[in-house]
Amino acid sequence: MAAAGARTGQFITPGDVPAGQPPVTVYPVDPGSRVVRDGSRLNQILLVRCAPDELDEETRARSADGVVAYSGVCTHAGCDVTLWQSETRRFRCPCHESEFDPRDSGRVVGGPAPRRLPRLAVKIVDGVIVAGGGFTGRPGFQPG
Amino acid sequence: MRSTRTLIGVGSLLVATTAPATLLGGCTTPGTGTSGATMAQPAPRARLTVGAASYTPVTDQRLVSPEAENWLMYRRTYDGWGYSPLDQIDARNAKDLVPVWTFSTGVAEGHQAPPIVNNGVMFVSTPQNQVLALEAKSGELLWRYKRELPEDLFQLHPTNRGVGLYEDKVYLATLDAHVVALDAKTGKVLWDRTVEDYKKGYYMTLAPLVAKGKVMVGVSGGELGVRGFVQALDARTGAPAWKTFTIPAPGEPGSETWKGDSWKTGGVSVWITGSYDPQLNLTYWGTGNAAQWMGDQRPGDNLYSASVIALDADTGKMRAHHQYHWNDSWDWDEVSAPILMDVQRGGRTIKSLVHPGRNGYLWVLERRADSIGFVDAKPYVKQTVFTKLDPRTGRPEYDETKKPVTGKKVGFCPSLWGGKDWPPAAYNPKTGYLYIPTNENLCGSLLGTEKPYEAGKLWLGTEIKDIGMSVADGSKHIGEIQAWDMNTGQRVWTRTFESHNWGPVLTTGGGLVFAGGTNDRYFRAFDGKTGEPLWQWRTNSGITAVPSSFAVDGVQYIAVQSGWGVDAQRMQGALDSIRGATTDVPQGGVIWVFAVKR
Repeated sequence: MAAAGARTGQFITPGDVPAGQPPVTVYPVDPGSRVVRDGSRLNQILLVRCAPDELDEETRARSADGVVAYSGVCTHAGCDVTLWQSETRRFRCPCHESEFDPRDSGRVVGGPAPRRLPRLAVKIVDGVIVAGGGFTGRPGFQPG
Repeated sequence: MRSTRTLIGVGSLLVATTAPATLLGGCTTPGTGTSGATMAQPAPRARLTVGAASYTPVTDQRLVSPEAENWLMYRRTYDGWGYSPLDQIDARNAKDLVPVWTFSTGVAEGHQAPPIVNNGVMFVSTPQNQVLALEAKSGELLWRYKRELPEDLFQLHPTNRGVGLYEDKVYLATLDAHVVALDAKTGKVLWDRTVEDYKKGYYMTLAPLVAKGKVMVGVSGGELGVRGFVQALDARTGAPAWKTFTIPAPGEPGSETWKGDSWKTGGVSVWITGSYDPQLNLTYWGTGNAAQWMGDQRPGDNLYSASVIALDADTGKMRAHHQYHWNDSWDWDEVSAPILMDVQRGGRTIKSLVHPGRNGYLWVLERRADSIGFVDAKPYVKQTVFTKLDPRTGRPEYDETKKPVTGKKVGFCPSLWGGKDWPPAAYNPKTGYLYIPTNENLCGSLLGTEKPYEAGKLWLGTEIKDIGMSVADGSKHIGEIQAWDMNTGQRVWTRTFESHNWGPVLTTGGGLVFAGGTNDRYFRAFDGKTGEPLWQWRTNSGITAVPSSFAVDGVQYIAVQSGWGVDAQRMQGALDSIRGATTDVPQGGVIWVFAVKR
C-alpha cells in the first residue's frame, strides 16, 4: 500500500474531496479481494470536485455529486500530474507544463501533451466513491 | 498541493492496469515534418551492405587517435574538444553549404545526440531510445533499433545524447536505466543489462564512455532523490566491472560532508559523458547538484556534488576531485565533463581541465595523477552569488542573501539553468579559442519547502510554481556564443541572439564554429577567429543536438539533428510567461547532413 497520511488505507467519501480544494490522488482497490491496485503508477487517479453546472455534458455524466476522476499520469511523457492551478482550477504537470481542464473532459489547455487525460466514471455507493468502469483510454504516454 | 493518497472503492469493474490490446500496436509519435528538406544531391539508391568486411571495428587505438574523417564518440575525442580536423569547409566556401540528405526520426521531443560516424556508417540516437544506422553519404537506412520503454516510465527528460562504439558493437544507455549492446552491422541486441531500477527514479540520457574494454555510464535522477554513481560494464558481455558512487557512504572519505541519512537520497547524478586522459588512465566526470535543492536541509559541503571527479578507468577508484561550489542550493549541476587542454600561465604549460560552469564561472584546473589543482576562474556571465574565491583552492564564498533557503524566496544570477547548461563548449587548437554556448541576462529565484522523500517521485525542495525567472531590464538578447583565448584568459568575441541558446558547439580544422540552439530553427556557421556569421540554414525545428563533422570519399560533411524539446522548451515556457507571449517552436526530429554545393 503506497503513500503516507492520515487517510491512507481508508475508502474515499465525497467529504474527502471538498469543493475549492486541490485534487486528491488515490489508488483503486479490488472490491472482492480488497487488494490495493497500486503496483503500477498508471493506476493513479485524480479526484476533484467541481460545480456540476460547470461541467460539460460528457463530464457531468461521469461525475457523482460534482466529483470527477481522471488518470493522474500525463499523456506527454508519463510524469505524475501533481500540480493544481488554483486560479484557473486546472491540473498541471510539473515536468513539461501540460495543463488539463477537469471540467471539460480533461482537455489539453496548455503544454505539449498530445491528448486529454483518460477519464474515469465514478458513482457513490453507500457513501463511498467507486469507479463505474475503466479508464476511457490508456493511461500514460504512448511509447513511440 | 498534493493531498494524502488514499483509496477509492471500485464497483463492478476494476481499473485497468494496461490498455486494451487494440491500443498497443504500431503507435508512432506524430509531428515530424521535413518541409524545406530539399535534396541538393540525389542520394544513391543502392543499399550499403554492412557486412563483416565493410564495418571497421573500433579499437582503443582508433578511439585515442581517430582518423580525421571519423567521429567515433560524443565529442569525437576523449579530451572533449568537439573538434574535427577536417578543413575542406572553411570561411570561403561555408556560404555554399546545402543539405545533401535528411532523415525524419519519427519522434518528437528533444533530439540532442551527435551523428556518430565510423568509416561511412552513421549511428544516431533519438528520444524514446531509438538508434538509427544509416549510410553516412546517402542517408540510406541500414537498420533501426527501437526500445520498448516501460509504459509507466516517468520521462522528465525525454532525450538521449548519443551512442558509444567499441569493436563491432554500439552501446546505448536507456531511459529505463539499462545499457544495451547492439550489433553494429545488424542492430540486433547482443546484451541488455539493468543498471538500476527506473521505478526509483534512475534513468540515463548520456552517451556511454568506452575505453579499454569497458562501457562507462552515469545515472540521472537527481530530481527524484537518487544516489548517483558511475558504472562500468564489460564491453563484450555487459558484466559489471566497477561502480563508484558520487556520494560516499558513512565512514568513507567525504562522508563527513553529509548529515544523518541525507547521503542516501542526495542526488549527485552524472548525466553527461566523461572525458578521459589515456596517459593518466583517468576518466573525468562532472557531477550534478545535491538533492533535494535546498542546501539548508542537508548541511555540509555534500561531496562530491557539483564537482569534477577523476576515476581510474580500470578500477573506478576515485583518484582526485574538485568541488566547484559547495552545498549547492541553485540546481547548478556541474555535469559537463571538463575539457582536457593545455593552457599557458606565466610561461608554464598546464595540463588543464577547463569547465564553463553552470554556476557562471569559467574554471581552469590542473590535472595530475593523484590530485586536481585550482588554477583560476572568472565569471563569463552575470553572477551575483560568489563574493570571493580562495586563491589557493578556488573555494567560493557566498553572498548568503543570494543562497536559496527553506521558507523564503531568494533571487540569484544566473538562473537555475546557469550560464551554460549541458550543451557542450568546443575547443579549436588552430584558433586556440574555446567556444561557449551561453545564456546571459537571466536570473532566477527559488522558495524552498520541506517535503518527505518518496521513491520515484519528484523531490525538488521547492514547488514548481516557486521557481522564478527574470530577464534583465533593457536587455536585448539572451543567447550568446562566446570565444575565449584560454592562454590569456580573455574573451575575444561574442555573438548574441535574441532567443535563448541551447546549441552544442562544433568547431573544425577549417576554422569554423557550427551551432544551432535558438528558437528560430536556424543552424549557423561562424568564422572561429572573428565570430563573423558565414552561413545559416533554417531547419524543421530548433536545434539542441551536438553537431558533428565527417568525410566519406574525400568529401567533408556537417551533420546535426534538429528537434526541439526538453529544457530549451521549458526555458521558452518560462520566458513566454514573463512576456505574456506564446512561442510555437515545432517539434519532430530530422537528421540533416550538409556539404558544399558542387
